[in-house]
Amino acid sequence: MRRLIFHRRHGRSALHDSLTIAGSIGVALLAGYLFLEASGIDAAGAYRALLVDPLGTSYGFFETLVKAIPLILTGLAVAVAFRMRLWNIGAEGQLYAGALAATYVALFTPDFGLPRAPLMLVAACAAGAVWAAVPGVLRATLGVSEILVTLMGNYVAILVADHLCYGPWKGKTTFGFPMSDRFPDDAALPAFAGTRLHVGLFVGVLCSLALWALLWRTKWGFQVRVAGSNVRAAEYAGYRVKRDAVVVMILSGTLAGMAGGVELSGVLHRLQPRFSPGYGYTAILVAWLARLHPLAVPLVAFLFGVLLTGGEQLQVMGISSSLVDVLQGLILLSVLAADAAANWRMAWVVHQGSALSEGVVHD
Amino acid sequence: MIDLMGMGAGLVAAGMQGGTAVLLAALGELVLERSGVLNLGIEGIMLVGALTGFAASHATGNPALALGAAACAGMLMGLLHGVFTVMLGASQVVAGLALMILGTGISGFFGQCFIGQTAPGIAPVAVPLLADIPLVGPALFRHDPLVYAAVLLVPVIRYFLMRTTWGLAVRAVGENPEAADVQGVPVIRVRMLATAFAGFMAGLAGAHLSLAYNRMWIERMVAGRGWIALAVVIFSLWRPGRALIGAYLFGVVGAASFRMQALGSRVSAPLLQTLPYVTTIVALVLIAWRARLHRDADTPAALTIPFRREERS
Repeated sequence: MRRLIFHRRHGRSALHDSLTIAGSIGVALLAGYLFLEASGIDAAGAYRALLVDPLGTSYGFFETLVKAIPLILTGLAVAVAFRMRLWNIGAEGQLYAGALAATYVALFTPDFGLPRAPLMLVAACAAGAVWAAVPGVLRATLGVSEILVTLMGNYVAILVADHLCYGPWKGKTTFGFPMSDRFPDDAALPAFAGTRLHVGLFVGVLCSLALWALLWRTKWGFQVRVAGSNVRAAEYAGYRVKRDAVVVMILSGTLAGMAGGVELSGVLHRLQPRFSPGYGYTAILVAWLARLHPLAVPLVAFLFGVLLTGGEQLQVMGISSSLVDVLQGLILLSVLAADAAANWRMAWVVHQGSALSEGVVHD
Repeated sequence: MIDLMGMGAGLVAAGMQGGTAVLLAALGELVLERSGVLNLGIEGIMLVGALTGFAASHATGNPALALGAAACAGMLMGLLHGVFTVMLGASQVVAGLALMILGTGISGFFGQCFIGQTAPGIAPVAVPLLADIPLVGPALFRHDPLVYAAVLLVPVIRYFLMRTTWGLAVRAVGENPEAADVQGVPVIRVRMLATAFAGFMAGLAGAHLSLAYNRMWIERMVAGRGWIALAVVIFSLWRPGRALIGAYLFGVVGAASFRMQALGSRVSAPLLQTLPYVTTIVALVLIAWRARLHRDADTPAALTIPFRREERS
């Protein structure tokens, strides 16, 4: 049984994988460059803002790390769900659910005598978990498409946040702007002196290590990975696949919800409508490019942090930050193309065992 | 009483208007899924269609030409999806998501200069005689041509799928591509044509939003309708007639929530706007429940499974 599952990964070495992905990103960036040139925009200038400034200046570098934090957490959330072939594309909504719960704790609960920040994170995790548990339970019990339910959950959570910001939670000290009041001081995660970088970075990296240990060093994690690569095998082995699916969705929502709590507590210090620049969607790319591997997620999250930071710079230059979305789409497509090309070569060479060739072709 | 009936007629009219984009996209996706391919990028394709249609109408002043341009842009996006999923065998889920992100990006990028602009839209056409019937006329017969076209397409697509050789090929490829291949059905070609058709329809659907329904370009104006079209396909159990019901249901719920805002409901506007999304979830749950009771999911058996001839052995 063990052999059958591990065969899938044997096909590619980590080095081969990294080179494929680096090459694909290169191709996508080149395509983006031509795309800019063709639309009559100073492509060199745009790329300098997009890729060089975030890495070359200390402000840009710290800002990249700040943006990487929610990407690490949501990226892990997507990775763990995708590992079990649960297509949770609702990390964005779960992030907002977490942010709402964190705001409630920060502004509307009595003082327990404890610092609020940890309580906010716990509440954020719980809210994200609930938001993801609904599609998880519907999937496991009735077979309802989790893709569509999680996606609908994004729209609902974002609109509920709008409702609260424009209505009941609108601040008294915000000069009429639709956002909540600033959180009290004990609601803030500690930041590094003189920067916006906060300890959420450690939270993210710790979560990545913990998730790796859970998936690769426990029996439950093994069961989840088996179920992800071959449901029939998992059922045959007597694993409780449906229960595990609900648990994985809850775990996924917990991580995404935490991202919302960490972002508010560490960076924004208040609830604003539409505060996320699509972290939950970028997370899909982060997870996929990390090959759904928790330890690779922080690294890829950093790369996409560069892109998001650069996107803000673009807006300053008067170029639409939608360019970031264009590049993200191109990157994902070129990785898919590179993988398909690699698979084809494999399919030629390996052709004796049916289990093996199937794993190679479908992955 | 009369006023109430007038409101009802208005609601039906608004529901048809609002549901048409969803119906067009859902009909294309329905044919595609019948052939065994899932395109999650409909939302992105509709955005590209919406922008292309608007931009072409702005440039040429000819909305009919603009519709064609939007449909062609959608078709190209659909073919791109086909190249990845059908020809290269990439994950349909991930390729679809990539298309969604790419479409959002492209439309946002090129749409920037069209925000606040105007372009000639598609005007409603009253059907002679029928439009003058009280209540029924205003509700059903004073729409723009795309609304009628979408309705007419329902029986056409039903006929195509169930009564023509090509429709049989589509269904065979979606149920059992290996068997279809043995019978000499060109699996890859059928699926590629289906992806092109789904893209064509999604492009048209987007253009209906920017040229008839809203008559302007707003960033991310599709607002989840592409995803709701996917939900409508599931709700329809892959049958065109039921897709019409699902799409119009969405349109009516959207129109009702809009009217409640206008009438000064005590529930806030954002909360009312969640109604179509919540309704979609409820509809998906109900249909899954029903499928469980009757044990007939009707899902095309080969949906999302790539076809490779080498694997046949």
